[in-house]
Parts: sequence; C-alpha cells; structure tokens
Amino acid sequence: MTAVDSIVRTLNERFADATRIVTPRANEVHCELSPVGINRLADLVCRDLGAELIAIAGDDRRREARVFFVHYVFADRAANWFVHASVRLNGGQPELPTMAPSHYAASRFERELRDLFGIDVLGHPDPRPLVKHAFWPEDYYPLRKDANAPSFADDGRPFPFTPVGGEGVYEIPVGPVHAGVIEPGHFRFSVMGETIIDMKSRLYFTHKGTEKLFEGRDPMACVELAERVSGDTSVGHALAFCQAIEAAAQAEAPLRARLLRVVLLELERLYNHMADFGAIANDTGFAIAHAHCFRIRERLLRLNKQLTGSRLLRGTLAPGGLVRDFEVPVDLAAAIDAALADFEEIVAICLANTLVADRLDGTGVLSAELAREYGVVGYVARASGVDIDARRDHPFAAYDQLRFAVPVHTAGDVRARTRVRVEEARESASLVRQACDALAGLKGGPFRIELGRIDPFAAAFGIVEGWRGRIVHWVMADHHGTLHRVKIVDPSFFNWPALSRALTGNIVPDFPLCNKSFNQSYSGNDL
Amino acid sequence: MSRAIAILFQTLLAAGLAPLVGGFIRWVKARLNGRRGAPPWQPYYDIQKLLGKEAVVSRTASWIFRATPFVVFSTSLVVASFVPLVAAPAGRFIAGDLFAAVYLLLLGTFFLALAGLDTGSPFGGMGASREMTVVALTEPTVALSIVALALNAGSTSFSQIVSRTLAEPAAALGPGHLLAFAALFIVTLAETGRLPVDNPATHLELTMIHEAMVLEYSGPYLALVEWGASLKLFVFLALAVNLFMPWGIAVSLAPIPLAIGLVTFVVKIGVLATAIAVLETRVAKLRLFRVPELLSASFVLALLAVLSTFLAR
Repeated sequence: MTAVDSIVRTLNERFADATRIVTPRANEVHCELSPVGINRLADLVCRDLGAELIAIAGDDRRREARVFFVHYVFADRAANWFVHASVRLNGGQPELPTMAPSHYAASRFERELRDLFGIDVLGHPDPRPLVKHAFWPEDYYPLRKDANAPSFADDGRPFPFTPVGGEGVYEIPVGPVHAGVIEPGHFRFSVMGETIIDMKSRLYFTHKGTEKLFEGRDPMACVELAERVSGDTSVGHALAFCQAIEAAAQAEAPLRARLLRVVLLELERLYNHMADFGAIANDTGFAIAHAHCFRIRERLLRLNKQLTGSRLLRGTLAPGGLVRDFEVPVDLAAAIDAALADFEEIVAICLANTLVADRLDGTGVLSAELAREYGVVGYVARASGVDIDARRDHPFAAYDQLRFAVPVHTAGDVRARTRVRVEEARESASLVRQACDALAGLKGGPFRIELGRIDPFAAAFGIVEGWRGRIVHWVMADHHGTLHRVKIVDPSFFNWPALSRALTGNIVPDFPLCNKSFNQSYSGNDL
Repeated sequence: MSRAIAILFQTLLAAGLAPLVGGFIRWVKARLNGRRGAPPWQPYYDIQKLLGKEAVVSRTASWIFRATPFVVFSTSLVVASFVPLVAAPAGRFIAGDLFAAVYLLLLGTFFLALAGLDTGSPFGGMGASREMTVVALTEPTVALSIVALALNAGSTSFSQIVSRTLAEPAAALGPGHLLAFAALFIVTLAETGRLPVDNPATHLELTMIHEAMVLEYSGPYLALVEWGASLKLFVFLALAVNLFMPWGIAVSLAPIPLAIGLVTFVVKIGVLATAIAVLETRVAKLRLFRVPELLSASFVLALLAVLSTFLAR
C-alpha cells in the first residue's frame, strides 16, 4: 500500500470531519477539513509521517459560496507525496485556529492571511502585522475580491520591535533606504558595543500586488508576470507557474520541453551562484573576485541571450512546454564548462587567501536544529546540514532522468553557504551537459502540448528548486477558465527569519557578509 | 622672501596634487581588477561637482558639524605646508616638526569624530566610535616611530632627519629605519582608511569606519572633507617617502635641485601609491576585531625600531 493510500484510509477512519477526499494526482491527497481538524492533520502528517508545511494559501470565495477557504500544502521529502487540506471559513467573520505554536512557518503564513484577507487567526502568539504597513487603512485587505484601493496615509505609529534593554545596549536602525543600490529592507539591530544581541528585519516595502495581478487572467498569458516575481529567478518562478497550470490541466510537458527546461533552470542557477560568489568576496573587501565573477556572469548572460534571445532567459517557457522550440548549440556544454573553469580559478584564489578565509569561517552560523525549525530551504538549508533539494525530492522537468549530487555541508557558516554554491555550480554544469546529450539523442519531437480545460476551483501546485531554493506556485481557476487565485511562495519567505538567528553573537560589520551569503529576495518575499 | 614663496608653492602643490593620488590608486586598482576604471583625475571632477551642490544639514546638528570640514581641510593644509615635499633646506624651514604634523592631523580626525556624533545618525556614532578605537591604537605606534627617527637624527625636525639620512645612506637601510618605515606604513593604511583596516570603496554602511563618520556630509562640506582626507593621505605618503628615502629631494631652493626634487617626489609618491593599490588588491578587509592585532604588530615594529637604534650605537 502506498503512502497516499494509507493517508486516505487514515483520513476516512480517524477524521470524521474530512470530506471530499480525492487523489487528483498519484502522489497527492486533497481533502476538506473543519477548522478544528486542521491542527490534528498537521500533527499527523508532520509529526508522525515526517512531512513539512510548504504553503498556506487564502482564497476569497464569498461571491461563489459566501465563504473563505484556507488551503494547506504539506509535502513529504522522503517519499514524495503531498497532502492538500482546505478549510472552509465563515464569509462574514472568518476565524481560523492558529498552527503557530507547533509550526513556525505557519505562523508567518497566518500573519500574511490576517493582513491580506482579514482572516482572524485565533490564539496567534504574534499580533503584529507582517505584510501590512502603517499607511494601510485599518479595514483594507487587498486580496479580498471586493478590495478597492483607498487612500493611504501613515498613522504615525512606529512598528513595535521587540525591545532589548540593559546597560550599554543600543539600537541601530538601518534602511529601508541603503547606501548601495539594493532592495528596500529595514533592519533593527540591538547591539552591545559591536556585538549583535538581536536583529529584526522589517520587510514588505515592495508590495506590488503581484498575486492579485494574476486574478482574472488567462493562465497562458501569465507567464510574463510569473517571470517578474523576482527578477533574478525568472525561470524558477515561470517554471513553477507553468508546472502548476499543467498539474491543474492534468497534463505533462513533452520530454524535449522538459529537458530544455532543465537547461534553462540550470543556466539561471549558474549565473546567480557565480555572481553571488563574487559578491560575497566583495563584501570581505576582495574586489578582484567580484570584478571577475561579474565578468563570468556577463559571459553567461550573453550565452543566455544567444540561446533564448533574453539575457535573463525570459519569454521561453509556456504552460504545456515552451513558447517556441529552439536548438541548443552543439558547443553550449563546452562554453559552460569553459566558464566554469574560469570560475574555479577565481574560487581557488579566493579560498586560498587567508584574509578572505578568515572572514568567511565561523561567521553567521545557522545551526542544523534552527534551520530545521525555521524550515529554511535552498543553499541556506544545505549549508546547515539539511539535505533538501526539490529536484531530487519532488522530481520535476527531466531531473528524474539525470544524475546529480546534492552538496550538503554542516558548518552552517558563510563559508559553508559559499562552498555549497560553488559545488552546485559544478553540478549545474554537469546537468546542462547531460541534458544537452539527451536532447541530441532525442532528435526533435514536440516541444509543447495543448492544455485542456482546467477544472474550476480545483487546487493545483508546481514545485521547482530555483537557485535560491524551493519555489511553490499554487493555482486555482474559476468557472471561466481564468485564474481565481495564485499563491506564490518564494524560498526567501522561509529563509528571511533565519537570518536574524544566524547573526546573533556576530559583530555589526559582519552583517553585510552574512546577509549576502543568504542573499534573499525582497521582491519575491513581498508580492 | 624666497622661503615664503617656496612655502606657498609647496602648499598649492600639495592641495593640487592630493586628489590625484587617491584617484591614481583607484585607477590602478581598477586596472588590476581587469576593469577600465575612472580616470585618475576623476576626484577633481567630484570635488568640482560637490562644490556646486547644495549642502543638506541635519536639523539636530550643531556648529561642530559645519566647522569640521574647515578644521579637517585647514589642518591638513597647514601640515602640507611644512612637511618636506620637494625641498628640505637645512635649518628650520618653518615652524613645526614631526610631532606637530602628526597631532595636527589628529585634530582633524578628532573633529570628524565629533561631527559624526553630532548629527545623531546611528552611522555617524558608529563610525566615530570605530575611528577612535583605531586612532587610539595607532597613536603609540606613530609616537614610537617618530622617536626612532628622532633618535637617529638627534632631532624631530624634518630637515635634520632628512639631512641625516642623506649624509648616512647606510642608516636608511639600518634596522631602525626599516622597522620604523614598516610601522608607519601600516599606520598610514589605518589612518587614511585603506584596506585591510577600512574599505574606501564600500557601499555597505555597516562596515564603514571613515565613510560612516562622513555619511551625513553633502555638497561643499563633503568636498572639503574629501579633499582634506586626500591631503592627509598625501601627507602621510610624502612623510613615508621623504623621511625614509629622501634621495633626490632639494636641499637648497635653487631652480635645478627644485626641478629634480619635484620629479623624484612625483615618481616616489607614484611608486608608493602603486604599492598601496597592489596591496589593496591582494588583501581582504580584516574582521573589525582583528584590526587591533594588526595595529599591535605595527606597535611592536616601532618598538623594535627604537630598541635597534639604541643597540646600533
């Protein structure tokens, strides 16, 4: 009996409130539960079966059914199965019991629900807003279907940061406007001399209404939007979106498209990891590595342009496959290998420099225990000993046909995060080579299938291991076949809070280095 | 009369050349990094641009904030007027010796730290606190290096030290001289905010030392602060080349020795500036808590310099 079957049986036997239990895809169980039952289910799948909460999505269905829905997605990494549970809430006065005490990630999703949908989360330990800023009117919930943009005015109240007191402790407020050209984020340091006692980040200065923009649009016309969720993760987000739409339409892209998707995703990983390595070295003052890594990044971006016509690999993916077919030049793998060899030389010079090494070693340590509790993903998790990679755990595109290693380090410091990137870059180059070989063996074949009609109000999701980590796109269509709701979970959503913990006990001038080694997206986090 | 003209000429030369040194180091670094880089004379454009801009001053700032750029610039300029650059004629060239030079420059730093605290911005205070830590650690080294030189020459006067070294070239390669030079070179890097102590090119406000102190300055004030900082670097480099390698310097104010002195001075400064650029390309920035270790090492070098002067007698 498979895991999915046994979960269905458990739901039938032990959850009297579970209704509409279906398995739309072989490794997915969907069900509807009462608000009380959801915590029991979370305990069952997370504590007893070892799955993790990967997304919570709100859904305003008051027009159709006078209710709000909240959807929970749990994923099991070991056996690759998913549980999707929906909770129906009163449309007039939506209330939801909190899951926060036992699931840290849930606490942040719930604060998001409260700010964007006005859903009351009962018993939530943190009453502070997450997304909402002081200039949003009290009753403005932008993801409700009837939300209208009112006038915005600052209420003048400061955000209630956790106060840290004691003799000699003082606060350093930094941002949201920084001296460098980076995205906006406010960081509140409580320090003693130069030692950081606590750091709290206040993000969400870039709320663009991205999720709302998807609503009411034809899914085929939304790839451009998905590509712009976070500029450096164009392929990652677009692919997650395409896969979610394909799952909703019960379709699978043809092999040729899936192999080309691997090539695109790995090219994106390569240019970001290499640029990141240089940026980390630059934050130690070692500018020469930065200059050269940017040169290599430029080399890769030109390859991207040559391959797809877009330096950021945009405009290529489509639900069902690709927008258009393209040939992979025979020398692509060789060009990538040459860029990698170039990169390896820079890496060797940097890591052999004792001054650089001294800055990286032991800086910003995130322990494996904390990494697990915060549910961090991507290279941050892998540098802290958490063996997680959606390409292997939930195979998508053509990753089940390719061989690759998942580098894991246990030190959890800046050096480990840097080394994970370097080793992943090597794996990416190897994956590109394998995919190119497989494509050469394929000799043509279809690059897209036409998608059929999407079932209205049936949830589906796509999971992709972007260069920062696991990306989840959750989609639901309405009766017209247009999108009713899209929920995007960028890896940064999970990783941002862990940064504060990694900083504790470090010194203020090392913050930029730690921050760069995490390199989270502000835009992808604040949709 | 000719001395007054010489001093005026020297002051103008320093003020005119100083921005070029910083720009030259940046340009060499860019070239070493494989970038094209801004031309070496870019700082002149920057100063010109800043002088034409409006200055924004925090409402909480007092007169100290407005006075500091003038203090920084004028102390640097006064020091530049009496340190040996092109000529070091025998006798007292002008009032002021090595101690006066070093502590006048410190006065500027002191005011910068006050101005950093004055605006109430967290970065100003942070930069001031860090700068004071660094300065407190460099000061003993500076004093000891001066003593090491003065012991050799029997005086802290520049022209005495220069003529002594010129008269006894062997002493210039002696351990006292070399160790003091090494100590003073490290101090120069720390005092002028260069790598591995401070990163002059960084945009990361939390890692800054010197830049954090002056973050609140804008317009003409910033121009003066920047110009003053480049003068300080210029003076430190001039001291390093002329006190330890004085060959070529004019000992009289006749035209031909002056011309030779000017050419050799520019070449020597260029070589030392290139050395700094190469060093800055090779090293990363030290973790802030490691800076005291480097500065203690420079102190030990200075101490050894003094000891070896005694032993060599």
